[in-house]
Amino acid sequence: MSKPLNIVKSRFVPIAIENIDTDQIIPARFLKATTREGFGKNLFRDWRYNNDNELEPKADFPLNNPNFSGEILVAGKNFGCGSSREHAAWAVDDYGFRVVVSSFFADIFKNNAQNNGVLPVTVSEEFLQKIFALGNEATLTVNLEAQTITIDATGEQTSFDINNYKKTCLLNGYDDIDYLLSIKNEIKEFEKA
Amino acid sequence: MSTLFDKIWNKHVVKSIEGGPSVLYIDKHFIHEVTSPQAFDGLRKRGIPVHNVKQVVATADHNVPTIDQHLPIKEALSKMQVQKLVDNCAEFGIELYGLGHPYQGIVHVIGPELGVTQPGMTMVCGDSHTSTHGAFGSIAFGIGTSEVEMVLATQCLLQSKPKQMRITIDGELHKGVTSKDIILYIISKISASGATGYFVEYAGSAIRALSMEARMTICNMSIEMGARGGLIAPDETTINYVKGRKFAPQGADWDKAVAYWKTLRTDDDAKFDVEINIKAEDIEPMVTYGTNPGMGISVNENIPSEKSIDDKEKPSFLKSLQYMGFEPGEKIKGHKVDYVFIGSCTNARIEDLRAVASFVKGKKKSDDVEVWIVPGSKQVEAQAKEEGIDKILEAAGFQLRQPGCSACLGMNEDKIPAGKYCISTSNRNFEGRQGAGARTLLASPLTAAAAAITGVISDVREMI
Repeated sequence: MSKPLNIVKSRFVPIAIENIDTDQIIPARFLKATTREGFGKNLFRDWRYNNDNELEPKADFPLNNPNFSGEILVAGKNFGCGSSREHAAWAVDDYGFRVVVSSFFADIFKNNAQNNGVLPVTVSEEFLQKIFALGNEATLTVNLEAQTITIDATGEQTSFDINNYKKTCLLNGYDDIDYLLSIKNEIKEFEKA
Repeated sequence: MSTLFDKIWNKHVVKSIEGGPSVLYIDKHFIHEVTSPQAFDGLRKRGIPVHNVKQVVATADHNVPTIDQHLPIKEALSKMQVQKLVDNCAEFGIELYGLGHPYQGIVHVIGPELGVTQPGMTMVCGDSHTSTHGAFGSIAFGIGTSEVEMVLATQCLLQSKPKQMRITIDGELHKGVTSKDIILYIISKISASGATGYFVEYAGSAIRALSMEARMTICNMSIEMGARGGLIAPDETTINYVKGRKFAPQGADWDKAVAYWKTLRTDDDAKFDVEINIKAEDIEPMVTYGTNPGMGISVNENIPSEKSIDDKEKPSFLKSLQYMGFEPGEKIKGHKVDYVFIGSCTNARIEDLRAVASFVKGKKKSDDVEVWIVPGSKQVEAQAKEEGIDKILEAAGFQLRQPGCSACLGMNEDKIPAGKYCISTSNRNFEGRQGAGARTLLASPLTAAAAAITGVISDVREMI
């Protein structure tokens, strides 16, 4: 059971870089943990700190910029490419993001995010660039029920796709595994056939 | 009217949810120490068993040391994670090919080598390079840990059917050009996201001419262009490879299996969402210069100039070159390398080691290069020793280590120091992938071996 999600109205953190891979989101050396908690502090670890030292933050990295904050991460095309590590989704979630906006998501990251109650929102490249051009005071509103994302200051709005099943899961915090366990008899019948 | 993918997919759909995904039955599930502990915790929390332990294959690969494997693992967190896998497998009754076991190795090397991987199957693992197994004509793809838990609990996953792409490579490869060059060439043409949302079938005479191990290298890197997986229709090469392996069907079961496998091909009139055609003759030995696998060029080409890059992509391009310490427009051939890594689920099979050994026999490595050869499995290691490959590599000054994922992702001690250049037969050149600040150049085993001898990026064709 993950946290239900419907409307998120928030400022956002922009990372205008394309092809952000899961090794950047959470470097492999942090994959040795055997629980799901605590990955947020190492989110974008090597882009965030010099010399792997929390006392030496890189001032120009958006997560270290006090002007940027919020529950929405906005990133360049092909976000989450690379490894299947769900730790990347755990890190994004644990840091406090509920929504990631990009013009394109890698498939496995998208599934992993949805399985952890984090909503990936795919917008056009044009809309993405509009968000990147906004000032740091700007807020976005993501409405899952209506499948829309709005730039609050201008009212500009676009819709996004999500399949009905996943939408229901996210709105209610349901997990796939609950559903699969509920059809175990059908699975057993399938195995006999 | 069906593709190979359709035929396998349709046979594995337990049921479809209206307006949503299908419940897809999974035949084989590989697990390793990194992406499974939280899944087992989930089962414990729900108080449920593994659905069928016979369909799960476990090994330790990501964290394991590649020297002195008989000693306890030094790094405390790695040791704990590997031990957790041992404990979980014991508690849930799963057979484990752990450290010290003669079948231990990289999960995508041992599956095919043991005959677990067979045509027509659905296979998953909490590892994106699971696409490797598609070389046998199976639907194989990487999953996250929540999905690992689902498959352990129910042997099923909820999946939306992906779009389909066919990449046809016809013609004959030049001498010194390998299947690694084919896949690096494809990714350089269609980009690191060019196949996202698709499952890819590789076809054409150049693919048919490849050995099983060479086909695995291609399918392995499907994920590097965003594809969920890649597959190749089974043929005589496939059947001959599987025959006689430990978990291959025997006797009457074998005949029945082969008859079925022979039906596994795309119908002539089947339609793909995208078709790409490539001439094998156009492919040269490839090397990457940037920080995603789509940033590849022939060893004889220059790094793209700033002018040639789209304005929107320029910041990412320049950031990447800055990390690599390269200038736009610079020539790559002749550039110094510090480390050579021959290993990983992409290129650590016996044929890779044979190709390297046959090239370096009688040669010596460059003095200022360190060369690590990490076999994909205990069986590959044993075979290499039996064939005397170990002696040839040692004489050339190469270090033959013990099996594991090693410097592909640097989860163990095998890390490339910051700022150093490593020509690597692995699959990813992401920032920090081989160690914080490490600079990775992806290439074939032959191109990597050539650099080991000369100390610089070289065209292996000038040396054979």
